[in-house]
Amino acid sequence: MANIIVLVKQVPDTNARIAVAGDRVDLSAVKKVMSPYDEFAVETALQHRDSSGGEVTAVTVGGAGADKVLKDAKAIGVDHIVRIDCDAELDSNALQTVLATAVSNLGADVVYCGKSAADTGAGSTGPGLAERLGWSSVSNTISVAFGDQLSVVMPASGGNARVSVPLPAVVSCDKGNIKVRKPNVKGIMQAKKAKVDVHNFDIPTSSISVVSHSMPPAKPAGKSYQGGAAAAEVAQLLRDEANVI
Amino acid sequence: MSETIVIAEIVKGAVHLTTSELITAAHALGSQPTVIVPCADASVADAAAQFSGAAKVIAAKSDVFSNYDAAGWASAIDAVAPAGIILTSASPQSKDLAARLAARRGISVVQDVVKIEGGNLTSPIYSGKAMQTVSLTGDAVVTVRPNVFDSSGSGGSGDVSVVDTTGNVATAVQEFMARASSRLDVAEANIIVSGGRGMGSPANFSHLEAIADTIGAAVGASRAAVDTWEDIPHSMQVGQTGKTVNPNLYIAVGISGAIQHLAGMRSSKYIVAINKDADAPIFQHADYGIVATWEEALPVLQSSLASMMA
Ligand SMILES: Cc1cc2nc3c(=O)[nH]c(=O)nc-3n(C[C@H](O)[C@H](O)[C@H](O)COP(=O)(O)OP(=O)(O)OC[C@H]3O[C@@H](n4cnc5c(N)ncnc54)[C@H](O)[C@@H]3O)c2cc1C
Ligand SMILES: Nc1ncnc2c1ncn2[C@@H]1O[C@H](COP(=O)(O)O)[C@@H](O)[C@H]1O
Repeated sequence: MANIIVLVKQVPDTNARIAVAGDRVDLSAVKKVMSPYDEFAVETALQHRDSSGGEVTAVTVGGAGADKVLKDAKAIGVDHIVRIDCDAELDSNALQTVLATAVSNLGADVVYCGKSAADTGAGSTGPGLAERLGWSSVSNTISVAFGDQLSVVMPASGGNARVSVPLPAVVSCDKGNIKVRKPNVKGIMQAKKAKVDVHNFDIPTSSISVVSHSMPPAKPAGKSYQGGAAAAEVAQLLRDEANVI
Repeated sequence: MSETIVIAEIVKGAVHLTTSELITAAHALGSQPTVIVPCADASVADAAAQFSGAAKVIAAKSDVFSNYDAAGWASAIDAVAPAGIILTSASPQSKDLAARLAARRGISVVQDVVKIEGGNLTSPIYSGKAMQTVSLTGDAVVTVRPNVFDSSGSGGSGDVSVVDTTGNVATAVQEFMARASSRLDVAEANIIVSGGRGMGSPANFSHLEAIADTIGAAVGASRAAVDTWEDIPHSMQVGQTGKTVNPNLYIAVGISGAIQHLAGMRSSKYIVAINKDADAPIFQHADYGIVATWEEALPVLQSSLASMMA
């Protein structure tokens, strides 16, 4: 029996156009979805439960709007859904402090999360949370086998490594070769009725503040050529102009 | 002004050149860094002592550094590094280490920095669709994207002090599965040649491999290529759900340039696109765009590069 937590975050749909109004991104018109790698984390958590027994709790830190991502996780099959109420943008220190408290309160043998969130792209939460809990961690795993310890596959210089990970541990999941299950009708009905368990904690102040958001610097228009023969000239320019060959 | 500390980037047991870019980034934050070289054998640190711009170089010596374990590395480095702003490379392993190190010190981490100006740090967010600039109050761990800052150059004093350190390793490598080819991984390469669905079949990737072998590049792929062809593994995928890469040169062949592909490669220093459709979005991001079929363009590219390398 395993007590399993999976972290899920709501982010803008990765197809969405991101606009900056003034000096902040404007997400008011953007559709929100579960961060793509979190789908793999949820699937891995469910496979862990299927193999060892136990229960999966999905946890998010966010405002009331983030309940949707928990319901999505519920529809796919997690047992419990927990939201830590917080509307503010948190830096890594504040976020992980809150998550560490939540994980300690809920109790868990393993925490799965995404390798990076689609908004921050950071990849900080898994390893940072593990350090605060004093747990082991592995990041960017592409497959996980379950037992008294975990056996994961992750990229290493020159190939992949199979690594044994003692529990408790935090595992941040890359895409790998697993197929994520889709919600079925029963799951969707259950998710509709499910109640989100809302927790309130003191949120530490952030030591990192956002000064501004901006659009990526526009790239100067490149040189454009017609026909394959131009590849000879481009090869020369790569050496003589760009200095990259 | 905070002290700055650079953790040398170690690739295949040796100090990587990116380390000198980290020294430049530390100067942009306002101080000459202490460079810490995690190593099992202190002689590894000699290479770091050749870079100019470091206040001092410390070889942090421990068996812990023979294999990567996040917890072990973070504790062993934490024991050696003074308080201050710590800089590491934004490679996957060092981002992981940075996060653990920051958590260990109860400070925050700022990942994937591409600009430092007036003490403020800028990183891409939303997969590069926007940029975020932050200011720090207090110490932090900062990871810096490779190929963004100039090298600090050579001419260092060559002096290294050796400090023994230790940490508890939790995970253990059971088995290493080497890649079938000796070619670089996209995450490690300075030049990447990538193919998309426009390559027509996985067998045609041999043309990309030939070019990659000529110039010492890695071969990447779009998700469409990975999803369509079993022979193209996910480890080659560049993009939102693949790898984020930051090479000096990215050559995209038969790739349309979907937003999720751009997410993984748009910050490459130079981008070459080869596509038969002049309206393909990839051309808006290319420094050199060639409107042609790959059948037409690749043989010319291959022979030109081969004669240049000869
Ligand atoms: C959540 C999510 C995550 C995703 N993650 C990723 C990701 O990580 N990476 C990724 O790449 N995509 C990702 N995608 C998919 C992405 O949206 C595109 O579908 C994909 O990038 C398209 O790949 P492609 O350019 O190879 O194929 P296509 O879009 O089909 O483009 C093929 C191109 O080849 C050109 N072409 C055809 N024949 C030739 C020829 N003979 N010579 C030269 N050019 C030719 C065509 O003009 C065309 O531009 C993701 C999508 C979603 C929804
Ligand atoms: N606010 C949040 N609530 C729940 N999980 C989160 C939150 N932020 C990050 N995570 C988890 O941590 C992973 C990595 O996020 P990041 O460190 O921001 O790249 C995400 O894929 C989620 O699984």
